[in-house]
Formats: sequence, structure tokens, C-alpha cells
Amino acid sequence: MKLLKGKWASIALTAVPLLSVALGLLVGGIIMLVSGYNPIVAYAALFNGIFSNTYVLGETVRQMTPLILSGLAVAFAFRTGLFNIGVEGQLLVGWLASVYIGLQFEGLSPIVHIPLAIIAAALAGAIWAFVPGFLKAKYQVHEVITTIMMNYVALHVVNAIIRTYLLAPGERTDQINASASLQSPFLESITDFSRLHYGFVVAIIGAIIMWFLLWKTTTGYELRSVGFNKYASEYAGINVQRNIVLSMVISGAFAGAAGAMEGLGTYGYMTVMADFTGVGFDGIAVALLGANGALGVVLASALFGGLKIGALNMQSVAQVPTQLVEIVIAMIIFFVASSYLIHWISNRVSKRGKI
Amino acid sequence: MEYVIEMRNIRKEFPGIVANDNITLQLRKGEIHALLGENGAGKSTLMNVLFGLYQPEKGEIHVRGKKVNITDPNVANELGIGMVHQHFMLVEKFTVTENIILGNEPTAKGQVDVKKAAKDVEAISKQYGLSVDPNAKIEDISVGMQQRVEILKTLYRGADILIFDEPTAVLTPQEIKELIAIMKKLISEGKSIILITHKLKEIMEVSDRCTVIRRGVGIGTVDVADTNQDELASMMVGREVNFSIQKKPSEPSNETLEISSLVVEDARKVPAVNGMNLSVRAGEIVGVAGVDGNGQSELIEAITGLRKAKSGSIKLNGKDVTNWKPRRVTESGIGHIPQDRHKHGLVLDFSIGENMVLQTYYKRPFSRNGILNFSTIMDKAKSLIKEYDVRTPSEMTPARALSGGNQQKAIIAREIDRSPNLLIAAQPTRGLDVGAIEFIHSKLVEERDKGKAVLLISFELEEIMNVSDRIAVIYEGKIVAIVKPEETTEQELGLLMAGAKRKKAGETT
Repeated sequence: MKLLKGKWASIALTAVPLLSVALGLLVGGIIMLVSGYNPIVAYAALFNGIFSNTYVLGETVRQMTPLILSGLAVAFAFRTGLFNIGVEGQLLVGWLASVYIGLQFEGLSPIVHIPLAIIAAALAGAIWAFVPGFLKAKYQVHEVITTIMMNYVALHVVNAIIRTYLLAPGERTDQINASASLQSPFLESITDFSRLHYGFVVAIIGAIIMWFLLWKTTTGYELRSVGFNKYASEYAGINVQRNIVLSMVISGAFAGAAGAMEGLGTYGYMTVMADFTGVGFDGIAVALLGANGALGVVLASALFGGLKIGALNMQSVAQVPTQLVEIVIAMIIFFVASSYLIHWISNRVSKRGKI
Repeated sequence: MEYVIEMRNIRKEFPGIVANDNITLQLRKGEIHALLGENGAGKSTLMNVLFGLYQPEKGEIHVRGKKVNITDPNVANELGIGMVHQHFMLVEKFTVTENIILGNEPTAKGQVDVKKAAKDVEAISKQYGLSVDPNAKIEDISVGMQQRVEILKTLYRGADILIFDEPTAVLTPQEIKELIAIMKKLISEGKSIILITHKLKEIMEVSDRCTVIRRGVGIGTVDVADTNQDELASMMVGREVNFSIQKKPSEPSNETLEISSLVVEDARKVPAVNGMNLSVRAGEIVGVAGVDGNGQSELIEAITGLRKAKSGSIKLNGKDVTNWKPRRVTESGIGHIPQDRHKHGLVLDFSIGENMVLQTYYKRPFSRNGILNFSTIMDKAKSLIKEYDVRTPSEMTPARALSGGNQQKAIIAREIDRSPNLLIAAQPTRGLDVGAIEFIHSKLVEERDKGKAVLLISFELEEIMNVSDRIAVIYEGKIVAIVKPEETTEQELGLLMAGAKRKKAGETT
């Protein structure tokens, strides 16, 4: 009896995201109808906007790239029972670090320069996440509060550094050296001059690292153990405090690498930020939809990236505002979050004996 | 014969499993009817059917001679059926009265009539001899009193058929006595009781009749007066059960654990272990007898490194291990079957295989250079599952999905397999049925016979008397007496545990 519950739970784990996506699209369609748009035309345009040509495909993958890494950051922390809301801030410091390294070292080989810049970004994100991790482990300060605060600190510190030391005309930094750039004329040419860059390779490697680290190493065993049950972990001689800090640091490294995707890939520079990028916050939704798994995060990023790129076509072809896609995304998140409701209904049904 | 409740040929299926098969239970008016079965035998399922939480696939339920269809708990309430849950359903921050009236509040002019409620509660508690303070907050009262609040809740709603789900599992021996008196009082006031339990002693003591379920199947109903514990146990388990464990006299050798003048503070900075001296020698089982809260948990936590000792020393095989980190303690040869298996013993969301290497995962052959070797881990788990008869579909099953007894067996397998010099077993059989208890006790004796030291901490005097070679009585953080089981009685232990001084040898009766 209890066993079956386990089996049902794993089915629900995959069914809930899929069902949520379907319900999200359905509700989005109803809202379109009510607002006087034709949902079929709109969704057709959305679909074409993701798949119809190589340009939009390239753009979708570009959009996915930082999302994957920021989703991995949230998911990784969550596996250890921590809620890293600070991915956005860690991403910003990572972005700046990658651009800074990209601006230095003229004449370096890309084989050295690119990894160096990405590592610097990961390191910056890791340091930024270390602070809340340390405060949590040492003084039980709730990480949600500290990571949110660190986001604002990051935003303003990054802006101040750019303004003071790196400012170029146009409220931004200079373009990074070509040797640090992930941009690729080849990828651009095969995707009809989209902004696709080599960052997606980094993101996929990131997903593989997360999977390997969590499931194949003793470190991952400890992190998961602490996430599930810190008392049993302590009993088993695992250092709970150290693992809390470690989890935040690794999570921050993923977030920092996400920033490098923007700094070395999409833009090649960093502007003075008026506001957050939102990529870090989207990472929370991606991790939620992806059930905190490496593959799930990649798939969820593909969906969100696709929806965002497709929305542009939806607007130009079907005249449906892009905000409607934001609503659809919000509805999907809503339905995933309310999976409790779905569990409850399925329990009610199974109790009546008509599964 | 008129029955107040008659459940006829109940069958309840869950996908892939039959939880209840052809079970008949007939409750007479004014009787205490025990429902006996091992963990996972289907007792709770049957009661959830009666309480309207599940619908049976087959069978009928008659209440006071009338066929009824109990579709949800509200119907059960209207029929006068009340359930006293094992895990209390109380709001900690509310008072006793507020909890009792919750969902059924008397109102006056749209406001809760607190005065009337308190008066009603007091009247009922007087009538049935359930002493509670109606104005105390739940978080401030003892577990025994919380249970009385649960009972009052059902009575307040007019129940005259009460289901008690494992009511003694959380109570101290003194509270159990009080509960038994309450149950007898309820009967004399015309109530009928179904008592779910797997404790044979309690059945013999309070119930009139007993229905036995084994693996979902109704085995039969017997008059308690015509039976005995052995018969009930073999009905429940399906084979003969050994109650008193067979063991040869102990042959203790050198001192494995030496505790001297140990002081350990609890979370409130009060010394819970207060100048304790205790030694356990290789080849003996020392049982620590005492009422819960006399420093047992703090003692174990100090030995295993989970809590800092304030002063004093703990020596293992002559080596001072005081305030070592848990991993170092474990590596130096201590095995620990923790009191709370869900909190400390297992990572419930890990597979059984992963749980089996909880203290050894970082060592060869389970990992190399930080990379886990899953096939070795799972092979190890498979052999332990087989050796210790852990009933699990596979080593990949999450620990959460196993029954309590099998979870405990998994912990015991893991701890004993490391072959520790000192095995600490804290409440190792709590909540388990006789079959599992028998197994665990025999394993403890086996370790002793291999020349290991075993420290057993238990609140069950029967277990202490049965398994230990020496009994150390703990009271207010000190060992107040060391006695041999064959030279003492449960009565004497009970008095010592309550702080009475021991009479000189020869004076004990």
C-alpha cells in the first residue's frame, strides 16, 4: 500500500509538469478568447515563432542558455534544502566578472581566455552566494532574506563598478576581446544570423556536471542527505554546516556561469543595469517545472525560452501582446505549485475506488 | 445477539494489494474489543473503512442493527463513532476547551460561548473521570493529558463507540495505568470501545474479546478470558513466538565503555546528565531503565558525539573519546540504533541501499576518490537485506515505503554489520510487533555472545528485564542503582526509577 504511494508519486512527478503546461496553455487560450483574440491563430503563430525557421530556433537556444544555468543554480540549492533566491545577484556579479576578464589579457588564446572568463564568473557567483550560505550555517539566518538582499547589493555594486572603472560611451562597458567571446560567425550563419553562441555547450556541460555531482559523488550523497534529513546526516557524521555552505557556493557558481553566457555570448559587454535581468528569477520557475533535476531543468528552459521567443512572432502575426505569454508562463508555474490540489483530487478519486 | 457495530466480510483493495480480505468484526455493547495484528496487517485500513475514510469493495457495515453506508467521517460522527488517533490532532496554541469544541462551537449572538463550552467540557470530564485543566494550552500539558483531550473531543461530539488507535504507544507506564482506568470507566458509562494494538499484555488486561488480523485476513475472534498471550501471539504472527529470550549467562571481560562523572546539559542548559558513572564490559548487555526524560537521550547523544559533554569523561576501550565528532566516534567502533529512527536513523527519501552505507559511503569499496560505486553499494545492501530479513521489494525502494519493523531491521543490519565494539540500542523495539521484537532481541544477544558490549536504553521494563545482563537504573541524570535482572522485580525497578532508595540486599521482596 505504501509502496504504491511511492510509485504514484514518481508518476505524479512527471505528470504534474506536463499537465501544468497543458492547463497553462488552456487557460492562456481562454484569456485570449475573452480578450477578443483567436487562440488558435495565436498559438499557431507562437509555434511557428519557435520552430518555423533556423533563425527563431537559434534565438530559442540562445534564450535557453542562461536559463538552464540559472535553473541549475536554483535546483542545486533546493536539493540541499536551500532556497536560493539570490541567483539574480550572483548572475550579475558573474556577468561583470566575465566581462572584466574578457576586457583584460589581449592576445590570449581563446582556449585559455574563454574558460578563464567563465571560471572567473563562476567564482564571483560562488563568492556572492557564500555570504548567505555562511550566515545560514553559522547563525541560522534565513537564506531567503539574505539572498534577496544580496541581489540589491549586487545590482548597485555592479553598476557602481561599471560607472567608476569600466565606463564606455552608452552607459556600458567596452566590447570584450574577441579571444574571450563565445560568439560564433559559424553558428550565426547557419541560423540566419541569430545571436546563437557557443554558450549552449557550456550550459549542457553544466547540466551534466550537476547530474554527476549530485548522483555519482560522495559530495552529492552528502548534499542530498543533508537536504533530506539534517538530523540523520549529523548522526552519520556528515558536516551539516559545511554542506550548507558548499551547496550555496556551487549553486552560486552555476548562477555566475549564467551571467558569463550574457557577458561572453549574447552581448559581449555589460550595461549599467536599470533593473534586474529577470533571468535569475526565471531560474526559480525553471527549477520548479523541471522538478529540480538536470534533465528537467534543460527541458523546462527549452519551454520557457521557446515561449519567450515565440511570443515575438505571436505579437507580429496574430497581434496578441507578448504579455499573454507571460500569463501562460505564470499559469504553468501556478499549476505546478498547486500540484497539491492535483494530488488531492487524485486521492479523492482513488479513495472512491474508481481510478 | 445485538451488536453495536458489525462489519461483515469487509474487503478493501488498493492497486496491486488487498489490504483487508473477508474481515468480520462484531462489537458488543459495553465491551472493550481488541483488534490485534502485526504492523501493516490491515488494522488501520479496517478502522478507516469504519470511520468513512475508505470505501470497502465488498462487505457490509451495520450500526445498532441497521445497515449503513459510511461515506465520510461526518457520517461516522453522526452515528456516534469517534476515533482517538495515535498522532493527536490538536492545535498546540489553543486551550483544552478550544480544542475540544473546535468545529462544533457553541455560539451566543454570533460569538463563541466560551463560558458554556468550558462548563460543558468540565461536566463531561467529571462524568468520565478524565481530569484535565480546561484552560491550559495544549503545548503546556503532558502527552497523557493531551490524549485525554482527544478522548473528550469524541465524547463532546456524542460518540458512544470509541476507537482507540494504538493509544499506549506514546504513554509512560503510569499514564498507561490511568488510561486503562479511563477505558474501564467509559465502559461502565455505557460506551463501547475498539482498541487497536499489538501489545498482548494490554489486551489481556483490559479487553473482553479480541479479533486477530494477519496480513489482511481475518483470523478469528476469541474471548480473552479463554486465551493467553502465547495463543494470541501465534494467531497474530502465524507461528510460535518466544517471549522470554533464550540466552546463556554472560561472560563479561574487559571494560569497553567507561563513563565517569559525566555532565551533559540539555537544550535549556539544564544538566540532564548530572555526574554519571557507568561502565559496560565486553560480552554483556547493560540495560538502562528509567522514566523518559531522566537524561537517557542526552547520555546517548554525548557518547555518540551529537551533543557536547560539559565535564567528565567517556572512554572507549581505554581511549578518551569525550566530545569527539560523530564520525570519529563511529569510526572508533560505536554502533548506534537511534531512539527516533525517522529523525536520526534513516534518510527516508534515500533508497534502502543508500541508507545502508550512511556511515561508510566515503570509504572503499563504496566509493573511490569521491566517486560512488553504486553497484558495490547495492550489492552490499542486497546481502544485508537477505541476512537480516528486511522485507522490501528491492534495495532501490525508498526507506519511507517500508513498514516500521523493516525500517528498524535495516538500521540494525547497518549498525551491526560494521561490527562495532559498543552497540548502543535506544528503544530498539518501540512500536514494533512481537515477531520483530523477538528478532531484534536475538540480534542483541548474538552481538553480546560475539564479545561485544551492548548498551540498551528502554522505557519498557519487560524488555530491560528480558534482555539485560545488568540493569542500571537512571534517575535525574544519575545511575542510582545497578541490579541483576534475576535479583529484582519490575515493582522494585519501578520504585527505583521513581527515585526511591534501594533497600539493602536481602530486604528486597
